[in-house]
Formats: sequence, structure tokens, C-alpha cells
Amino acid sequence: MSAQKNRLGNGGRINRGKPLRFTFNGRDYQGYEGDTLASALLANNSGAVARSFKYHRPRGIYSAGVEEPNAVVQLETGARTRPNLQATEIELYDGLSATSVNCWPTVEFDIGAINSLAARLLPAGFYYKTFMWPKSFWMTYERVIRNAAGLGKAPTAPDPDTYHKCHAHTDVLVVGGGPAGLAAALAAGRTGARVILAEQEHDFGGRLLSERGDIDGIPAGDWVGLALAELNAMEEVTVLGRTTCFGYYDHNYLGMVERCHINAAKSMLEPKDGPSERLWRVRSHQVVLATGAIERPLVFADNDRPGVMLAGALRAYLNRYAVRPGRKAVIFTNNDDAYRSAIDLHDSGVEVTALIDLRVDPDGPLPDAARARNIQVMDGWVITRVLGNRRLRAIEIQRLTADGGAITGEARRIDCDVLGSSGGWNPVVHLHSQSGAKARFDDALQSFVPGPARQAERSAGAANGAFALDDCLGQGHAAGLEAAKLAGFKSKSKTKRPTAESIDEAPLKAMWIVPGEAKPGHGSKHFIDLHNDVTVADIELAAREGFHSVEHVKRYTTLGMGPDQGKTGNIPGMAVLAGALDTEIASVGTTTFRPPFTPVTYGALAGRDIGEFSDPARKTALHHWHEQASALFEDVGQWKRPWYYPKAGETMQDSLNRECLAVRHGVGILDATTLGKIDIQGPDAAEFLNRIYTNAWSKLAVGRCRYGLMLGEDGMVMDDGVTARLAENHFHMTTTTGNAARVLGWLEEWLQTEWPELKVYCNSVTEYWATMTVCGPRSRDLLAEFTDIDLSAEAFPFMSFKQADVGGVAARIFRISFTGELSYEINVPASHGLGLWTALMTAGEKYGITPYGTETMHILRAEKGYIIVGQETDGTMTPNDLGMDWIVSTKKDFIGRRSLSRTDCTRPGRKQLVGLLTDNPSEVLPEGAQLVFDVKPQPPMDMVGHVTSSYYSAALGRSIALAVVKGGADRMGETIHAPLIGKTVNCKITGPVFYDPDGSRIDGA
Amino acid sequence: MFLIPCPWCGERDEEEFSYGGEAHIERPKDPDALSDAEWADYLFMRKNPKGTHFERWNHAHGCRRWFNAKRDTVTHVIEAVYKMGEEKP
Repeated sequence: MSAQKNRLGNGGRINRGKPLRFTFNGRDYQGYEGDTLASALLANNSGAVARSFKYHRPRGIYSAGVEEPNAVVQLETGARTRPNLQATEIELYDGLSATSVNCWPTVEFDIGAINSLAARLLPAGFYYKTFMWPKSFWMTYERVIRNAAGLGKAPTAPDPDTYHKCHAHTDVLVVGGGPAGLAAALAAGRTGARVILAEQEHDFGGRLLSERGDIDGIPAGDWVGLALAELNAMEEVTVLGRTTCFGYYDHNYLGMVERCHINAAKSMLEPKDGPSERLWRVRSHQVVLATGAIERPLVFADNDRPGVMLAGALRAYLNRYAVRPGRKAVIFTNNDDAYRSAIDLHDSGVEVTALIDLRVDPDGPLPDAARARNIQVMDGWVITRVLGNRRLRAIEIQRLTADGGAITGEARRIDCDVLGSSGGWNPVVHLHSQSGAKARFDDALQSFVPGPARQAERSAGAANGAFALDDCLGQGHAAGLEAAKLAGFKSKSKTKRPTAESIDEAPLKAMWIVPGEAKPGHGSKHFIDLHNDVTVADIELAAREGFHSVEHVKRYTTLGMGPDQGKTGNIPGMAVLAGALDTEIASVGTTTFRPPFTPVTYGALAGRDIGEFSDPARKTALHHWHEQASALFEDVGQWKRPWYYPKAGETMQDSLNRECLAVRHGVGILDATTLGKIDIQGPDAAEFLNRIYTNAWSKLAVGRCRYGLMLGEDGMVMDDGVTARLAENHFHMTTTTGNAARVLGWLEEWLQTEWPELKVYCNSVTEYWATMTVCGPRSRDLLAEFTDIDLSAEAFPFMSFKQADVGGVAARIFRISFTGELSYEINVPASHGLGLWTALMTAGEKYGITPYGTETMHILRAEKGYIIVGQETDGTMTPNDLGMDWIVSTKKDFIGRRSLSRTDCTRPGRKQLVGLLTDNPSEVLPEGAQLVFDVKPQPPMDMVGHVTSSYYSAALGRSIALAVVKGGADRMGETIHAPLIGKTVNCKITGPVFYDPDGSRIDGA
Repeated sequence: MFLIPCPWCGERDEEEFSYGGEAHIERPKDPDALSDAEWADYLFMRKNPKGTHFERWNHAHGCRRWFNAKRDTVTHVIEAVYKMGEEKP
């Protein structure tokens, strides 16, 4: 185990009393509680920790936060492994194990680095240009490219953890627990408003954790502690650490992820009780965005070498983690803020060999403080060369010309092993932009700042472009008060806002491409997006090739498309594009900021809605019986329906044949509970049905049933079913299983929006009734054992209804049939379903009663040419197409009627329902097979229709099929062909009714 | 995710609602009096304005009532909701 040779002897927010062991890329290290994986690696002088995405160049830790583009790792292995995490965001825990994601076979030796030597061959859009031809090779290319690119690996085992979701309503949501956010939460909380304060890190304080300074005359860290104590004591305030607000949606709806366990400085492998993560869905009256700012780098030659970091990150490691990021430091800046890094490094005993400021004569308290420490300030100079491939060794600097556009004079070499660069800071406007507002370019900051709000939000502090600590506190306080006030809470007493010392800073000087010896892309690389290896040359090439929209350039070059989403590179990238297009950054604009701000696990989004909870199954009252009878189930909508009931040794076809023949010759029983049932009542119910169905209902007698067809207003068949008139003003409607909810909604829509004058009330009663269909020539004999009513065809005719006592239970019996056989559909209250079913099964044994499933039902109805909506129809079939003109009234209006006379609905050559008999009676056509009149040696052929249903019919001893065929009704007896792979099946077109065409069996055989 | 003020139930999450498209399209009283083109216009043609839109919503997972809303399609601000049959605000 190597020593922490870069750890300072004192200071930092780490617990030296709690050392933690961890493994990175197979090597053992030690860090401390309070470390991130990144700070612990730096403490161990890790150097290169990753390889870059495209060129596989060695890369080191670059930042100290969510913007990290380089140190992307795979955490742990097995079911809990997490790919593509940033080492800067992983709180260290004992036993942690991680590997770099992008460096096969090792960080030190990487075959992909050959790409770096061949870099001239890998320009922007390389993949698009090279691998598009021949088209069929893409699959091969893709495999190779994916292996070489190799981001992290998703776990292959099921996630053993649970994830929760919760909803919260609040008056003020404060996003960000830095100085502005804490001040805002305090101000809002003191008014009594409900406040949620969300901070993405475990430790509150934001940038304060990385800085040295005082608030209200005490060290900033102490002030944070007091602020948190006050907030935690407030009843209406919820303080959430490790909680990232990742998305800002409409109507002040925000998504947050709380990491309850992962990254929580506790082994991911440790068993635990609570959820791994919790998704918060927050609706807030008012929002304060105190999301801070992210530093952007200067773009100079070979600015990606391990040891090149953001200037602000250097003092974050120094002050927060007591890690000396190097021994000889250089700072390269265009602004005053980076002087703080030089000063803090110097004060901690790190040699600052030079501070290179591309401005001339920087002046003010910070430059003065640096000079007072004898730090060598090279103003008007820039870095032109970086030496050291695997670890920064030295830099070369040259003087800028007077106009700042080129370099001049002798190069000077400066030794260093760490380099902090700063091109200024970018307010984190992500959430503001997601809220629908448009960020505005600020010339002084050379960055985007929040524009006018579109929702009830305001930004404060660094997120609002106010970087000075005192301004952060002031703006946070004011924003908190304003938000609370708008949410209806007035400040009870005048509370003082926290204050800090103001330090004047001179303006920064924009320079988006630091000039070097050669033009960018010639011998050296000016990196913009470190994660995706996008360089200045790539963006300039894209501009030359005609990509002028920033959205197109992004996709062509992959700028900002890595896990870091370009948090450091996007603004420099846009600036370089603006330069290449000779326009302003403001007119180039930003790409759209989309959620999530940082990656969110699928687990958090799914929550508990996984497995059986992802789409709950609906089961009938008889489900358990079906399971006991070894039924196989079919999903119909959300319902589980028995598909068929195989017996030992049977093939599927054997079972179907047995079930079909039982219905045709004895008695079968079907669980028909899932059919939609709608109770319709009211004095206008019959009139309502007249308008909804294609046929007439006014004259239907009480106690009678009628088949009805429902159309959409476009004239296409929407649903069908049998409806019974229970009483003068009372109907029982049935719908197809899958359409039950839709039909109820359809009825309610018309009643509420178009015909409010109709007195009609609809209610779903699908689950109230258990429905069993007793079907077959012996069904009357069986039912007679259970009821006293006269079941003769005269007393209880086909298409009629009786309320009767069946086996001691009040039942509704419908004499309707979907098979052509004598059939009784018995409805009893669901709680009595199983009792009656088992009694029927017992009594029916002597008739060979056979339970049958949906597949047998489908065969039996197809033998009779009965359609199934959604199988024979597809939203383009009219009643006429189905040969069902007989059910379309010409004497009344109904939904869809006018559409039936539109020219397209009456044109010849529409597809019409027909039957098909294959020449070979044992050949069963595949459903969906295309049909042609003329077979050609190979496609394309003129397709004239397709097979909609196809089965082997045991009753007929041959295959049957239903199909829709252009002009089919006029082509009876003609031959049609189904060209399949390797063969063509020839068929004869017939009518759709194959079995008992004169309906002689309906009253029993 | 909208927060929709159902005129019957008050503010509820968008998840509870289903969208019903443009409002105030009356079914023609005498469909036969319409030409195919006029009928097609009733059937298919809907406004897609940038700005104020009058639209139907159904509180499908709540009171199951239909109602109308006036919404700005740019800002998504719901400026008014009103019951079926009531005048446009």
C-alpha cells in the first residue's frame, strides 16, 4: 500500500483518525473519511487515471466536482456495479474498488493510443464519413468501434437494491447548499414558509468548502454549521444532502434524486434496510436556484496532459481535502480569481513557479497579494507548449503581441508538475434553462447568465453571475425573502443578512484559443471537450464543412455529449464556433439544456414499479382454479386469460383439438369474466345506444340481447359486443376485453361533451361479475341441474336474457354464442364465481365438461366467421369491408355514419373480409402473411391483402383462415397465393363462414 | 408536468388527466348537409396554435369529468378552466 505522499499534515475536512482502504485499477491505496475517490487518488499522487475516449491519451483528475470529464470510473463489480461515475463524485468508503472505464488493457499501456498517432485520420464526423459505406458493413464496424470506445459496462445481474419515490409540495425549494442557497433557505425559513433545501453533496457549503474566508466575522465553515443547525431546527424546513435536483419541468415541478446509500461513504455491498436512492417529485410554489458556477478552462496546446487541472480545483483539493495536487505549480489565468489558487498553494507550502496571466498589468488586491508573496507573475504571457505525456513536466511560455493575437519572442521553459488554468466561471444555468427561460450572454463575464424567468424561479449568487461571496449572501437572502413573500409568507421580523468582506476583482479578458507555435491541430491539440476528445480543430472543421448551428456542431463533433455533458467545454466550444463563423457568441447561442443535470440511474426513475409492479396483472375470480388446472395464460390487455389447458403428453394442437371437439360435441366452459361490462341506465339509454351503435335499439324488447357494432366518427370499426335490455331504462353492455376502459371513456365523452341533455349514466361493472360461458350441445342438460327456469329454446330463445337463481346464486344468464353452439353466459357476483364454476365442473363430469381457453375460443369463432376487433380489423375497416352491412341502419344517425359515404369508404378495391382454404388442408398459414394474385420469382409483388386469423380446425379436419383481400367479396372461388420464405401457399377464396353456415346448431344438436 | 385545476376537484397532477384535443368543435347537427370536404374538416382538422389554445381535458383518474382549458402553448400557463357548455373566457 502506497503512502499518501501528497497529503498535508493538517487542515482539510477529512478525518485522519479514520483511514480507509480502497483499490483502484487493481492497486491498493489508502485515503481518509471525507475524501472523494478523486482526492484520495491525488493524495496518492495517482497521475494518469484514465484514457481519453477517442485518442486514448493519458488523462489525470481535472476538477473537483460534477464537471469532471476525465476521471470516469466503473465502481465495484457484480450486480451493484455502476458504470461511468466521476471519481470526483464518489465519496470514499472502506473497501471501495473501482477501475477506469476507458483504458483497455491498462492506463499505462493502451493499444488505442495508436489512434493518437493516427489522429489526422480521426477528424470530426469521422464515423459518419468513414463507416457509412458499404451500408451492410455498419454492423461490423459498430462492434469494433464500440469495443474500442468502451465506456463503462452496465450490470448484467438484477439490481438487488430497492429505490423509492416520494412526492413533496413546498412553498420554497432552494436548490444548492452553498452560501447563496443557505442564505436563501434561512431567509425563507424564518418566515415560516415550508422550505426544502437540496444540496447535491453530503457536505453543505458549496464553494465555501474549498475557500478560505469568513462570514459574519467567523470562519465560513463555522457559519455553515450554525446555518444548518438553525435550518434543521425549523419545523417547516427539510434539509436534504446528497440530493441532486436534476430536472426543472412545467408548472414548477422539479425532479430530485437523493442518494441514500450509493456514494454515501458506506460500502455499496453492505446490506441495509432503506432504499438505495429516493426520487423526489417536488411541486414548489417558488424556486430559488443557487446552483453556483463551474470554472471553464483556457484552451491551449496539449491542455489535456495529466497534471493540467482547473485552477479552482487546485485549491479545492488543498483546502477541503488537505491534498497537495503537485509540488511545483503553475497557474494560467485570464482573471483575478485564479490568484486565490496561487496564494493558497503558496501559503500551504507548494512552490508556485509562475502565475501566467494573459492580461497586461493586472492590478488589485489579489494580484498584489500574490506579488507580496514573491510569486512570479508573468503578465502578458501565455502557455504555448506542454511537456510530458503521462505526467506534466514543464511548460513553455511566450509573450503575447501587443494586440494579443499572436505570440512573439523567445520561449521560456518553466518546470511544474501541476497546472491550474482558469478562463473564468460559468453560472450553472441548467435548471433555469430547463424551466423554459432563455439564458442571456453577459459580456463582462463572457458567459451565459439567467435571463427573465418564465416560471416562478429566481437565481441567486454565482448561479446568477454574482461570484463575490458577499454578493452571494446578499442575493441569496433577498431571493429567499422574495420567494417566501410570493408564496404568501412575510418576514416576521427584520432579519439581518449575512455578510462577508468584499474584494475587488478586475475584469477578465476573453481569449478562447491561446495562440501557440503552430495552428491548432497541427502537431498539438487544443482540447475543448476532454471527455469526448473534441478539439478546436474539430469545431473549426465542422464550421468549414457547413455546420453553423450549434446544435448541429454538437452532434457532428460530439461536443458536450459525454457523461459530463460538456460542463467545462461547452462555452469555450461555442466561442470557438463563433470565432470560426466570425460572429458573436450571443448569436451562436447555447445548445438546449435538457434534464438530467447529472446522470440519474434507471433504478431511481423506476422506483418500485418493476417486475410484477411495472404493469400489474388483472386476474379473474377463477384465476387460481385455472392455475390448478395447469392452464397456460395469455395476456389480453392487462388481464391474464387461460390460453389453453394442456394435459400431460399433449402438444398444443392436441389440446386445442380436444377442447374444440368437446365444445362442438359435448360441453365446454370458458372464463369470460374479462369481457368489458358496462351498466347503462337512464330514460335516454336506448336513444343513446342508437347514436353509439350502428344498429337500432329503441325497439329491442326487455329481456332481449342484440349484437352491436361501434364505429369511430371516421366510420372505422372500433368495438363490438352484445348488449342486453335488462329493463326499460337499463342495459348491460359488453365490450371486448382490451377495449373495456376505452369504450367506457368513449361513452362518457359523448354524454358529457356533446349530448349533456341525455339522461344516461354509465358504470363499469366488469369486475363485479364472474362470467362463465357454458357452451355446447350438452350445455342445456348441465344448466338444468342448477336452475328451475325453463331452458327450452321456446322459453329461453337465442339472444335473450334471464335473471335466475343458478346453484343458489342470483345470476344473469345471457343466451348468446360466440361459437355457433348452444351457449349460456352465466354472470354471478365475483365472490360466487369459484363456487359455481367448481359445481359446474363436478356436475359436468358425466358430459365430459372441458374448460377451454382463448385459443380454442378463437378457433371456434373463426369456424363461424365471427370477427375479433383488433384481429380482423385494424382501424381501417368499415362494416362494409367486413361484410356487415346488415347491421348498419339506414334510418337513423349514429357515430361514424356520415363517414361511410365518403369517397374513400365507397371506392372499389377496398380490402374485404374473406375466408381462405389452403389447397393443402394440413397447411396452416401464418397470421400476417401477405397475399398476392400474381406470384413473381422474388419481391416486390403486388400485395393485395393479408391473413388475419389462421387455425387448424378439428371440427372440419383441415386448416382455415380469415383474410382481408382487395375486392375479395367479388372474388369467391378464385385462387390467391401467400408467398412465404422458401415456399408459396396457394389458397381458394371463400366466404368467411366455414362451419354450420345455416346456423342449425344454435339451439342445440 | 402540469398542475391542472380541475373545475370539480381543484389542482391535480397532470398524471391524473388525459388530453382531449381542441375544444369547441361541435358535432354537426345534420351531417348529411355537409360535403365530404366539410365533414373531413370536422373530422380531422385541428388547430395547433402557438399561444392561446382552447382545449379539452378529462380528469380520467379522478372525477372522470370533461372540461375545457385555456392554455398558452408557449408558456404552458393554464389561464382558465371552465365546465363543458360554459362560454369561452
